[in-house]
Amino acid sequence: MTLALSIGILVAGGVFMLLQRGMIRIVLGFIMLSHAVNLILMSAGVTSRRDAPLMATADPATAADPLPQAFVLTAIVIAFAITIYMLTLAVARSDDDTEDPS
Amino acid sequence: MNAALLPLIVAVPLLVAALLVVLDDSPAVRRWLMILPSVGALAAGGLMIAETADGTVLAHNVSLWPNGIAIPFVADAFTALVLTTTALLTLVASAFAIAVGTVRARYFPVLVLVLSAGVYGALMTGDLFNLFVFIEVMLLPSYGLLAMTGGFTRLTAGRLYVTVNLLTSTIFLAGVGLIYGVAGTVNLAELAGAAHESPLVAAAAGVCLLALSVKAAVVPVHGWLTRAYPATSPAVTALFSGLHTKVAIYAIYRIYAVVFDGDSRYLWIGLVVFSATMVIGVMGAVGQDTTRSILVFHMVSQIGYILLGVALFTPLGLMAGIFYLIHHMIVKASLFLSTGAIEHAYGHSRLDRLGSIARREPILAAAFLGAALSLAGLPPFSGFVAKLSLVTAAVDAQQWAVVATAVAVSLVTLMSMLKIWGTAFWGPKPDDEEEVAGSGTGIDSQAPLGSPAATAEADGGAAPATQTAVAAPAATAPRPEDGSATRSRVRPAVLLPSVVLTLVTLGIGLGAEGLLSLSSQAAAGLLDTSAYVEAVIGR
Repeated sequence: MTLALSIGILVAGGVFMLLQRGMIRIVLGFIMLSHAVNLILMSAGVTSRRDAPLMATADPATAADPLPQAFVLTAIVIAFAITIYMLTLAVARSDDDTEDPS
Repeated sequence: MNAALLPLIVAVPLLVAALLVVLDDSPAVRRWLMILPSVGALAAGGLMIAETADGTVLAHNVSLWPNGIAIPFVADAFTALVLTTTALLTLVASAFAIAVGTVRARYFPVLVLVLSAGVYGALMTGDLFNLFVFIEVMLLPSYGLLAMTGGFTRLTAGRLYVTVNLLTSTIFLAGVGLIYGVAGTVNLAELAGAAHESPLVAAAAGVCLLALSVKAAVVPVHGWLTRAYPATSPAVTALFSGLHTKVAIYAIYRIYAVVFDGDSRYLWIGLVVFSATMVIGVMGAVGQDTTRSILVFHMVSQIGYILLGVALFTPLGLMAGIFYLIHHMIVKASLFLSTGAIEHAYGHSRLDRLGSIARREPILAAAFLGAALSLAGLPPFSGFVAKLSLVTAAVDAQQWAVVATAVAVSLVTLMSMLKIWGTAFWGPKPDDEEEVAGSGTGIDSQAPLGSPAATAEADGGAAPATQTAVAAPAATAPRPEDGSATRSRVRPAVLLPSVVLTLVTLGIGLGAEGLLSLSSQAAAGLLDTSAYVEAVIGR
């Protein structure tokens, strides 16, 4: 329940920020959205099983599903890289709001 | 061809790209290193077609990890066809970039190689999460390519492009997470038919399809394409047109065929949306006044045609859709390259400032005309076969509204192509042409990313030199009917890429039988996915 609420709040905030005009706000919106999606991925594995999924020690009944965690790790790296790139785009040109006259 | 070699098609361009970062000094080395991996991929694609033409499916899990956690690479006839065409387009667009000098931009070859590796990976992967990763591998370099070459609007376009694509990637990833949550796997073969049985999986996979539709620029979510593509350089537009949206289309075909098992309950959505795409795309083109923006709107319209194949989901419809996809990739790139050659030589692509190109550049004009007629669907070019088989398939399925739309949109497409032909190629020569001739030197300038001032400097520095070069013939030939008016400005190396592609579309049109049988084999693989599933899971 907490997870679903957090995802909902993050998506709402992210979408609100995306609809703003400035590039920096859009970037912040994306950070929230990607966190929300990471939480969706985490919730796709069963969240009640939390033991470390190490073959030698863990009980399969209580060990966490490592695959969504690997997904999230990959997704974080990609989101991080694109965030940096979007920030350079935000710096590269200061007026966000106006269309080019051409 | 051994299935274990499939990952090499992705790995080689990536390794060469890494090598190129180190060996960035010598121009000859970077050119060859940019070209060679595409040649290799083309050869591998040819082998793959030969191997899969009888319905064989090649599958390999990297390092032989078990299914579910492995990185699976799968290739059937559909994959082989699209991959070969992709490699051909990458090769031709690279050659064009070398000819017009876009390649001089720092790291351009590196980014093109990473982009092509991402595309090959996205085509061959058999896993939805890996599809997401490979699409990102494809998109990250393209963000750079879009923003580092092109006119002044490129940064605005770059922002739009990154924002839209990042949003859709995020939605796609959410869809993948939801699929994992409801089905417990993201391996396509293990998901076979899952959406047909469970509405939950259908809803989750629908989220993925929605994201892919945005990437494919389906109406009503096509606006980003028509704004972003005209802003970059012609070489990059041609490259993107052949690769990006087509990967999304390929993935839509694949996911609908495998995960939904061609479920007939949802097909009406496709028919409505893709018909709207055809109409609105072509209508948008009517209002445009530069060659490239007209072509970009046509691309949207043609995407509707291609996706109709999956919306019909009959053997004939899928075959026609796949044939249309291959035809469209080649023809569209040819059109972008021939108009790009004009843009390079004459400095702009505005229709009201171009004229009598046909007299000056007869070969280029022939290449453009061939590709334009092929796009509109006239014999003997491949577009005729593509449209005919698609319309026949729609008649078979008794979708009369779709048939009427497809035929009517073809007519408007032809009119729109004739608009470019009539003004830029046959129209009267505008009076101010000599003045504007050198103004486009900024297109391929090497100004570093994100510094408009530096671009302006490069423009300012280059312009006087070009203007004197242009002024010389103008001084010796004051009357426009004289020698300078008929002298060709497009060098053969710039001309060659579009001519080659137009010859390919003519060749496909004349010998349509071969590609049709391959497409029908590919369609059979989509209709009956048991061979695909067995190749991936059965080991």
